[in-house]
Amino acid sequence: MDPVQAPGVYEGAANVIAAVMLLIEFGLLRQALVRDQVRLYMAQSALISVLAIVIAADRNLPDLYALAALSAALKVVAVPLVMRRLLARTDPGDGDEAQGVAGSQTLSPASAVLAGIVLAAIGFFCFGALKIHGPAAPALALALAAAMVLVAFGLMIVRRDVASQAIGFFSLENAISLAALVVASGLPLILETAFLFDLLVAVVVFTLLIRAQHNRSESLSTADLTRLRG
Amino acid sequence: MLGVILALLIVPLAAGLACAILPGSAKLSPVVTATSGVACFGLVLALVPAAAHHDLSYLSYLRVDAVSAIFLLATGFLYAAVGIYSVGYIKHHGHDDRYARRFYAGFNLFGWAMLAAPLMSSLALLWIAVEITTIISALLVAIEDTDGAAEAAWKYVLIASAGLGLALLATVFAYFAGSQVLGEHYNLAIAPLIQHAAGLPRTPVRLAFVLALLGYGTKVGLFPVHTWLPDAHSEAPTPVSALLSGSLLAVSFYAILRYYQFTAVALGSGFPRDALLAFGVASLLLAALYLFGQRDIKRLLAYSSIEHMGILAIGVSFGAPVALAGVMLHVLAHAAAKANAFMGAGVFTVKYGTKQIATMRGALDLLPWSGPLFLLAIFALSAMPPSGIFRSEFEIVYGGLGSGHDAAAVVLVVLVTVAFLGLTTASTRMLFTPAPRSLSAAAALGRGEPSAWMVVPAVAGIAVLFVLGVHPPGELTDLISRAVAQLGAVR
Repeated sequence: MDPVQAPGVYEGAANVIAAVMLLIEFGLLRQALVRDQVRLYMAQSALISVLAIVIAADRNLPDLYALAALSAALKVVAVPLVMRRLLARTDPGDGDEAQGVAGSQTLSPASAVLAGIVLAAIGFFCFGALKIHGPAAPALALALAAAMVLVAFGLMIVRRDVASQAIGFFSLENAISLAALVVASGLPLILETAFLFDLLVAVVVFTLLIRAQHNRSESLSTADLTRLRG
Repeated sequence: MLGVILALLIVPLAAGLACAILPGSAKLSPVVTATSGVACFGLVLALVPAAAHHDLSYLSYLRVDAVSAIFLLATGFLYAAVGIYSVGYIKHHGHDDRYARRFYAGFNLFGWAMLAAPLMSSLALLWIAVEITTIISALLVAIEDTDGAAEAAWKYVLIASAGLGLALLATVFAYFAGSQVLGEHYNLAIAPLIQHAAGLPRTPVRLAFVLALLGYGTKVGLFPVHTWLPDAHSEAPTPVSALLSGSLLAVSFYAILRYYQFTAVALGSGFPRDALLAFGVASLLLAALYLFGQRDIKRLLAYSSIEHMGILAIGVSFGAPVALAGVMLHVLAHAAAKANAFMGAGVFTVKYGTKQIATMRGALDLLPWSGPLFLLAIFALSAMPPSGIFRSEFEIVYGGLGSGHDAAAVVLVVLVTVAFLGLTTASTRMLFTPAPRSLSAAAALGRGEPSAWMVVPAVAGIAVLFVLGVHPPGELTDLISRAVAQLGAVR
């Protein structure tokens, strides 16, 4: 058996950041209010930028500094701003919004977190077993990213309001960004930027549809969207 | 040819922007859209002879080979036919100028994104183009501003975006696999990945293929990630439904084919073919059963689309050259047939003022052109000779039997027959059951077509189906042969 070696700075940082991001994902799952979910999403997105800077410094990839800045501008500033304005616009002002969204969980918080733990374990151990690693790919961070992907899917499923489902999708995108940074940090900047631009357009479309939904039903809840059965 | 490819990227984009921003564009938009559609189809036709003999690569991000040319042909034809059809549809739909402007702008941009996807040389750009098709089409699904449209659009954008999240993960693993052989600065180009596929690490490739199949499969409408599809198809304006069904699903399938190409070399063809077979049979089974008992004409056609996507997946899983030729032909024939069926359904909904099959009666009498054309489209979708789908499904089944996939070929034939029964039962009721006196007496239901604009493209579609079934042009046969060689250049 190989002796256990201490991870290098990059690998250690990647693993710690991935673990904290997964914890934040659980926070998103647990948090009842969309406003607080937006804050958690900001923190999670900021960590992505930090990881990009760590990788840029460790592996001498100057492109990643630009990516970190772009990603922070978009995910830490623009997306939360759009979501907050949307919430302010859809808040009737008497606390109903907070009430309505707090009641949007289809499972109790404890059950949702338990389901999240099961999903995270499946993602973590399945990806861990694949043993995908290279010089730039710490296997642990990748397994944590896979766990995050599944928990983000869980978040989109257990919430009944459109805003939380959208945040679930944005955090799914964060999980994929984490996997991309770990596995594909050398990907040309133009493609990374295109992915980010794409996210921006998706945010705009999500926002338009959320507003349309609110204008129609005076609510962010999807509980009434039961006419179509697939 | 660079000029042609650039024009294909610029013309529909310019048309979309013109419809969106030019003053007085509500009046000009129909002309701009129809012209842009016909021009793009002409441009695609101009690409065919060259793509049938060699691959075209330009500016390091643009590439057309025979496989992409097939999908460009399907999209180009639909963009033109449905663009012309839209002129009559929007005129008779009674919407205001603002709606018309938004519709035409979205329609052209949707066409642009679907034409751009097969032109992209890299898996990353392909993903971005497919994501753009989702974003634009979700807005087009929501454009009717009804409860149903809002619900369908939300379901669509959420499910399809989640699926494309998986596809993005597939792209990341494809990069990881490629960078092991091609170096850190590999830009996800498709051609070198296929060229060096034999040396790719197996686990990341396997993972990338499964994620791509599930991710892009969400947009193809493969079971069990198809649930957005019937809702979006039924709630979107009919021209958009025609594009969604005939072209968008195929473009997403094109993305899966690209992953199939390098996976089959890297892992051997057994694994990807088995995965495609499982998803294909499950989709076909679901669609064949759901075709019975549909009450909404557009949902009926949406399930038929799931059926045909299942057939495509099964055809690729057979792997025999003749089956692959059938798959390529099926992409073209299904695009023409399904667009025709949707265009007919659009005429029916305008005529009867409803999407409910139970209310549509005596269509063959009331609609002298659209009734028979819809019947022919349904026959074509049911693979009756001499339509192109008969030829393509025959080739697929023949290829399956010839390559030792007897059981799968038999299952395919049985399920296609079940689907035929479901499709024709509903259609027969609409077309042949005489309209009740109360219905036909209504002034709106006099005998006649709502608009010639809604008939002409359907006639063209039937002509294309006939040509594909009886005697495909030589250039097209060359193109299909080359595409088969590219897809079948795997053991």
